[in-house]
Amino acid sequence: MQRTKVISFEEARRKHGLNVLGVLAALIVIMFIISVNTGYIRLTPLELLNTLFGKGTDKQELILFQFRLPRIVISILIGAALAVSGAVMQGVFRNDLADPGILGINAGAGLMVMLMVSFYPTTSAAPVYLLPVVAFVGAAFTAALIYSLAYKRHQGIAPIRLLLTGVAVAAGMSAAMIVLTLRLDPDKYQFVATWLAGSIWGTSWKFVLSLLPWIVILLPYVIYKARVMNVLNLGEQTATGLGAHVTREQFRLLAAAVGLAASSVAVSGGIGFVGLVGPHLARRLVGPKHQLMLPASALLGALLVITADTIGRRILQPSEIPTGIVVAVIGAPYFLYLLARTKS
Amino acid sequence: MNQQAVSRNGLDQRAEPLKLRSRPWAATLILIGGLIALALGIAVSVSFGAADIKLSVVWTAVFHFNPDITEHQIIRELRLPRVLGGVMVGASFAVAGAIMQGMTRNPLADSGLMGINSGAGFALAVCFAFFPNLSFMYLILYSFIGAGAGAGIVYGIGSLAKGGLTPARLVLAGAAFSALLSALSEGVALYFKIGQDLAFWYAGGLAGTKWFQLQVMSPWVIAAIIGAIVLSRSITMLSLGEDIARGLGQRTGLVKLAGALIVLILAGASVAVVGAVGFVGLIIPHLTRYLVGVDYRWIIPCSAVLGALLVVGADLTARMINPPHETPVGAIISLIGVPFFLYLARKERREL
Repeated sequence: MQRTKVISFEEARRKHGLNVLGVLAALIVIMFIISVNTGYIRLTPLELLNTLFGKGTDKQELILFQFRLPRIVISILIGAALAVSGAVMQGVFRNDLADPGILGINAGAGLMVMLMVSFYPTTSAAPVYLLPVVAFVGAAFTAALIYSLAYKRHQGIAPIRLLLTGVAVAAGMSAAMIVLTLRLDPDKYQFVATWLAGSIWGTSWKFVLSLLPWIVILLPYVIYKARVMNVLNLGEQTATGLGAHVTREQFRLLAAAVGLAASSVAVSGGIGFVGLVGPHLARRLVGPKHQLMLPASALLGALLVITADTIGRRILQPSEIPTGIVVAVIGAPYFLYLLARTKS
Repeated sequence: MNQQAVSRNGLDQRAEPLKLRSRPWAATLILIGGLIALALGIAVSVSFGAADIKLSVVWTAVFHFNPDITEHQIIRELRLPRVLGGVMVGASFAVAGAIMQGMTRNPLADSGLMGINSGAGFALAVCFAFFPNLSFMYLILYSFIGAGAGAGIVYGIGSLAKGGLTPARLVLAGAAFSALLSALSEGVALYFKIGQDLAFWYAGGLAGTKWFQLQVMSPWVIAAIIGAIVLSRSITMLSLGEDIARGLGQRTGLVKLAGALIVLILAGASVAVVGAVGFVGLIIPHLTRYLVGVDYRWIIPCSAVLGALLVVGADLTARMINPPHETPVGAIISLIGVPFFLYLARKERREL
């Protein structure tokens, strides 16, 4: 009796979770339609459909396929990547406030990207496909640095010490970035400033292509590891007792999380807080089981970034507010709320 | 067992009379030596630059000023205000940090980490954007208000938390709130195309310091530092714990209010002149406490001198790294401050 009850509860939860995923996906589709319509030149829904099926005017096709679609696709991709990256970090470090932005990993990736951009004569000459790789090197180096600085023998990684270390390392990286930005010529300066503020600047298909392989490989990999993450969540000792290679799994998952964060930073600069807000809301909506929580995080992250991007483009037409700023305005209060809620 | 013994030992030490743990002779030595070093630092800073000027010329420029000589002009109009600004800002940030650390008993307190600098910064970004012709007097005033609002919000959110206000939580609330404010400031800067004006200011620099800024700022700073010294005995008591302070007959609420006002004036005025220079208020009070002991009657004046020395030194370094280009002072101090912060975060055992 007891057992059937438990199973039915699990079953109900799974159904509820799948419903939530469906609703989120529908919301993304709605935001997609709104976002496609947002901009200096408006397209009616009918024109939009016509253009999508190849029956629009040349101008409409240009706007849709060359400007708006790639940008929206990128928003969706980086939103999903950042949120899943945050979910993995929160799981691995068992720390509610972990996020690639707060831990300084975005700053590390950004510093490397900036170094590379400043060495190329013009911003367009930089090889786009290398950007995520370069960002990954910077992010991985930063992650290793933070890990080793926060690690203490016999105590391991204390959650708060990890966050404080991350905050400090991020401050150091930004100081280095400031020194670099001031040496740039005004043209590059404007570019770097916008990029650092978290603007989705790579608004063409080649950026989508440079981002896609990372996400297509790493996202399913992490979701595939959902069961492992459930076990890791039980604590290191229990997980070891259940037969998990804790250190090895942690390392692989973190590497994947760093890769996801880094590839997003390469095209979007420093969009923070997505990795924090996405997983938290996901946990609330579908519960802590990673099989549902990870996809829900991905969808919520995508929804958050596409919404923020649309808002950013809408407020100050025809100029725009960088997406990262809009996300920070939504995300920082949420972080503070979480901070006030959690016990020390 | 062992741990108990340690904690009892710790209590015993705290209960000992203050005199035993403060070192007035060390403090006197620091004050005298520090002032001499500061005078030397000022002299070097004034004579060093794109045009090297002999110290004897500096002397005559200050005491027998002749407006027809270019070198005298450079010294009077560019280098003197710059170095004096450094002195004032360094002393302010350090004293503000010392007061905060003493009052809140929070080893990680610093105006840069607690939302004060970014609050003032945001207020200034708004001023630059909407009232570009505002006089410096009003800029400083708005900077105070921004600093106060920033500190109030960070402190409020930190204390709302279950389990009360811990140093780590305060730092995290400060970091998140600063992220929010800099996002907003960046938004304002991008929209009003004042990015590059604000950028250097954000990085922290003394290069643009003018006499009139010092004139507006100095009364505030001097009054606040004197106030801090007057308050120092009460801060020492507060640093022993609120209960002890109250037991000794202190009106803790009043002292805290006065302390908070002084911190806001010092940090607000400094941010208005040099921008977001962090970590001075973190490093210097720790160093001073290590050198002179726990009595804030010594800590505050010594912090002022050492803070001034740090900023003047950092500014000199910033000019020497890549001449004739300037490296922001804020970045230089961050490079010292970040490792120091990491060290403190590792060392702190009870709270973290």
